[in-house]
Order: sequence, then structure tokens, then C-alpha cells
Amino acid sequence: MAVLEIKDLTKDFGGFVAINDVTFSLEKGEKHAIIGPNGAGKTTFFNLITGHLEPSRGSVDFEGKPITGMPPHKIVRLGLARSFQRINIFPRMTVYENIQTSLIARDHKHFSMFSPGAAQNREETRELLDLVGLDTEALEIAGELSYGKQKQLELAISLAENPSVLLLDEPTAGMSPQETNEAIALVDEIAKSRGLTLLFTEHDMSVVFGIADRISVLHHGELIASGLPEEMRNNPEVRRVYLGEGDDAAA
Amino acid sequence: MGWNMPRGVLFTCIVVLVALALIPMADSRYLIDISTEIMVYALFALSLNVIIGYSGNVSFGHAAYFAIGGYTNAILLTTYELPLIVAFPAAVLASGLAAAFVAYFCTRLTDIYFAMLTLAFAMLVWAIAFKWRSVTGGDDGFVGVTVPEFIDGRVPFFYFTLITVTLSTAVLWMICHSAFGQTLVAVRENITRAGFIGVNTRLMRGAAFAVAGAFAGIAGAIFAMYNRGVYTESAFWPESAQVLIMTLLGGMYSFFGPAIGAAALYLLERFANEYTEYWPTVLGVILLVIVLVLPEGLVGLFKRVKARMVGGR
Ligand SMILES: Nc1ncnc2c1ncn2[C@@H]1O[C@H](COP(=O)(O)OP(=O)(O)O)[C@@H](O)[C@H]1O
Ligand SMILES: [Mg+2]
Repeated sequence: MAVLEIKDLTKDFGGFVAINDVTFSLEKGEKHAIIGPNGAGKTTFFNLITGHLEPSRGSVDFEGKPITGMPPHKIVRLGLARSFQRINIFPRMTVYENIQTSLIARDHKHFSMFSPGAAQNREETRELLDLVGLDTEALEIAGELSYGKQKQLELAISLAENPSVLLLDEPTAGMSPQETNEAIALVDEIAKSRGLTLLFTEHDMSVVFGIADRISVLHHGELIASGLPEEMRNNPEVRRVYLGEGDDAAA
Repeated sequence: MGWNMPRGVLFTCIVVLVALALIPMADSRYLIDISTEIMVYALFALSLNVIIGYSGNVSFGHAAYFAIGGYTNAILLTTYELPLIVAFPAAVLASGLAAAFVAYFCTRLTDIYFAMLTLAFAMLVWAIAFKWRSVTGGDDGFVGVTVPEFIDGRVPFFYFTLITVTLSTAVLWMICHSAFGQTLVAVRENITRAGFIGVNTRLMRGAAFAVAGAFAGIAGAIFAMYNRGVYTESAFWPESAQVLIMTLLGGMYSFFGPAIGAAALYLLERFANEYTEYWPTVLGVILLVIVLVLPEGLVGLFKRVKARMVGGR
């Protein structure tokens, strides 16, 4: 069953077509990677799906319901969460509060003016901190964490929403190889234990081929190929795009 | 319960409250008047900070809600001869609803556009107060406000103000430290991300604006009785600017900062007026100092000094 059904999706930035007529579906339970060179339109694609940008044309259905043009907060409520390529946290709150607030929002308690904020979802906040390995940093100011840790926090904030489908935009960008391995092992494990459907973009091909069940290739805003990892590895068009770019060609 | 006020803050609050409660013992009209006015301005500034410090928007028109609270209370008490128990809550409700109405429009915008629209609505309130002479008294002001007997007198009124401001501040503190208040900080910190954790950020900012308006209305309603009158100036932009400066001077990232700023600016103005005719110049300098040296206000300065003394660096 497809949880995301995308038809003819197009985004025109005043003449520059960043996403061009993309038709795509995401199957329940799969781990699907979107790859493509820088500027291919991966982030724009995510922005269109999650309501951050309005499409110029086309439609997005989530679990059979049209969500095109819905504001992000409504889409998140349906169970479609995302993380961001560029760090997007609450920088002057503590790490703990970052996650706790996300849980408050998930439980619709963000309009409760007479229940103490600090007392909400304490256990679950701790559990999430443990899960992403930020337990010792709980009381630090989020914006002062190392880059890799902020990325972990970014992930935890998204997980707190308890999504059924999670979109991760370059979850390991800027991480050291060791941090990358840890982060990916974690994502993989969480996806398994929570039965998450995962759509992610990633520049590190060893990561992509390590965890993806299916891979789609975006190039100049167009979806040029989609299939199993071994099909993609041998797809001549994919090889051409990547060979043309130089790096990652060996993968 | 789960409401944890830091020990030091709680202790300071108690000391300040006890000190205030003892002020009438000094038997000085001057001291009682000054403290009554400072309490009113402190609540006014604290209410503005729900918008500024917590929701991350700037209002240039907060005086409008102070004025609406003042006029409503004055008119209901005097023209309609209603008891305080009706007039006062009605005044607070009127301010809150007016603020909710304005927020409906302002929250479509952010940053300077939001601020300019709050100013525009405040000018509208001022114009109504000015033109609707039969109800508001126009530019003569609404004079001769009926003050209920039980608080008619300097000392009883002082205690009425002390109790009302204390209770209001306690409720405001709870709101700011509630699940709502914490989420509001998240909206201030990163409005985009707040949307992506499932928060309707426009509604949150609107709710903050309405709460702020209601509490400004409380301050205004007290002030109308204290002065036995309400004047169009109370809705005029310099009044909005003054409370904004109070808030920034005290420090917008601390709950009590604005109250400290209100006291500081009020006392500075009093003393400056005794020694010079150049209060506007002094005010300009204060503003420059805030912007250039004290972006987190007096509370920020205090924290920095404390950190330096403790850290030994
Ligand atoms: N808001 C925008 N306005 C104009 N152009 C944009 C905007 N967002 C992205 N683009 C352009 O769209 C293209 C795709 O960008 P992006 O989606 O970030 O690619 P990727 O994530 O694959 O690196 C780039 O050329 C980028 O400059
Ligand atoms: Mg990108």
C-alpha cells in the first residue's frame, strides 16, 4: 500500500523549474532513498510534500487523503514528520526542552495555560534523550551543542511527533564518518522498532546502499529512475549523472 | 503541582511583597503614590512581554489595551453605576477581546509589519477615544471616575493595587511557565520548526496577544480609578513606546525583567524631571544604551555580573 502518492508535482520558482512533473509513490514500511547531485531538487521535493512550499502544480496524497496546500502543522498531525538538512532546532532552549516541547505539541497540550510546562512528558523526554544519545547533554543550551549532536537533536524532535512516515533530509550531512555510522544505525533501528516508513536524502552512497530498500534518482528536478538498489547501481543513466558529477561515482 | 519557581526568585518576590505591604507604615503620601504607580506600570510591562519575550513579536500599540481597560472600567463604574465586581472583569474582558480581534489581523504578518499594524490599531483606538466625546469625554478626558467606597482612600487603594497586581502577576507567571508558555518560547525561537512539530503558530501568537491585552487591561482599569480619570493620551503612541522601553530596559528574556524595567524607568523619569527639563534626551540615551550595550536589559547585566563574580573570570 502506498502511504504517499505524488502526482505530476511541479515547482516553478519564477521561471526556474526546481521540481518538474514528478510522479512518485512511497510504500508502507519501506526505506526509500532519494539521491541526486546538489541542486537536483531533493530539499524542494521534501518542502513540497510537507507543506513548507506550495506546489505550482500536482498533488500529494498521504494515506489516501489529499494534503496538497495544507499547512505544515496539519500535515505533521496526520503522522508525516520531517527533519531538516540545515539545522532547525530551538536554539536557546535546552536540549531537554526542545524534545519536551515537541511532545507537548504532539499531545495537543500547547494551549494549556494552567498546566506547568516543565512537568509534561518527563519520562518520555528522558527516553528519547537516551535513545538518540543526548542524555548527558539534557540541560545544555541546544544551540551550543556540536554540529553532530544538533543533528541528533533534530532527529529526536521529529521522532517525538510519533510519525508513521518520516522524511529525513540529509540526516548525516556534516557529520564525521563515525557519527554518520552511529546516526544511521540508530535511524535503522528506530525505523525497525517503530515500524516507520522512511524517505531520506543522503549524499553518502555507502549509507544509501547500506539501508535503502528502494532508491529514486532526481536530476534537474526530474525523477529519472526508481528501483531496487542493485538496479540503480547498474542503471546507465544513473551512472552517467553520477559520473558526470565526479564524486560518489564509485558507489 | 509542578510549578517550580527558582528559590532565589521566589525569595526575592516575597521580600519585595513584604516590603511593599509595609510601605503605608511610613505614612508618606509620596511613597504610596510612587509605589502604586510603579505596580501598575510593572504589570503593564509584564503583560507586554508575553508578546515580546515569549511570542517573539514586537507591539508598538500596547497602550491601546491599557486604555480600553481604563475607559471600560471608568464608564461602567461611573456612567452605568455598575459595581466593581462587574465593571472590572468586564474591562479586562473588553481589553482581551479587542486584542484578540486585532491579533486576528496582525498575526498574518511578522516582524516590522506586525509591529506597524499593532501601531495602526492603537491609533484607531486613540482616534475613537478622541472623537467619541459623548462616551469617552474626548480630549477633555473621562473625568470624575466613581471609585468604590471600600477602596476610596490612599491606603486602601494601595492595598487593592498590591493584591490585584500580585494575583495578576502570579497568573501571568503561570501562563508563561505553562505548556502554553513553553511552546510559545519555541515559536519565538523558531517559528518554522514550531509549525513542523504540529503547532498552529498563528493561533499561538494570537492567543499570546490576547492574554497580553487582557492583563494590560487590568493595569489600565486600576489606573483609571487611581487617577479618577482616563485620558486619550493613555492610548497614544508615546505611552506604547514607554512601556516598550520599560520592557526592553528590564530584559525581555526574563519574566520579571519588565517589572524591574518599569520601576527603573519610572524612578529615573521622576528624578530626571526634578533636576533637568531634558527627560526626552535622557530617554534617548537610555534607549541607545539598551540597544548598544544591554540587549538583554538590566536582568541580562545582572546575570553577566553574577557569572563573572562566581566564575572568577
Ligand atoms: N525558494 C527558492 N527560490 C528559488 N530557487 C530555489 C528555492 N529553493 C531552492 N531553489 C533552487 O532549486 C534548486 C534545487 O534546490 P534544492 O531543492 O535545495 O536541491 P538539493 O536539495 O537537491 O540540493 C536549486 O537550484 C536551488 O537554487
Ligand atoms: Mg538539499
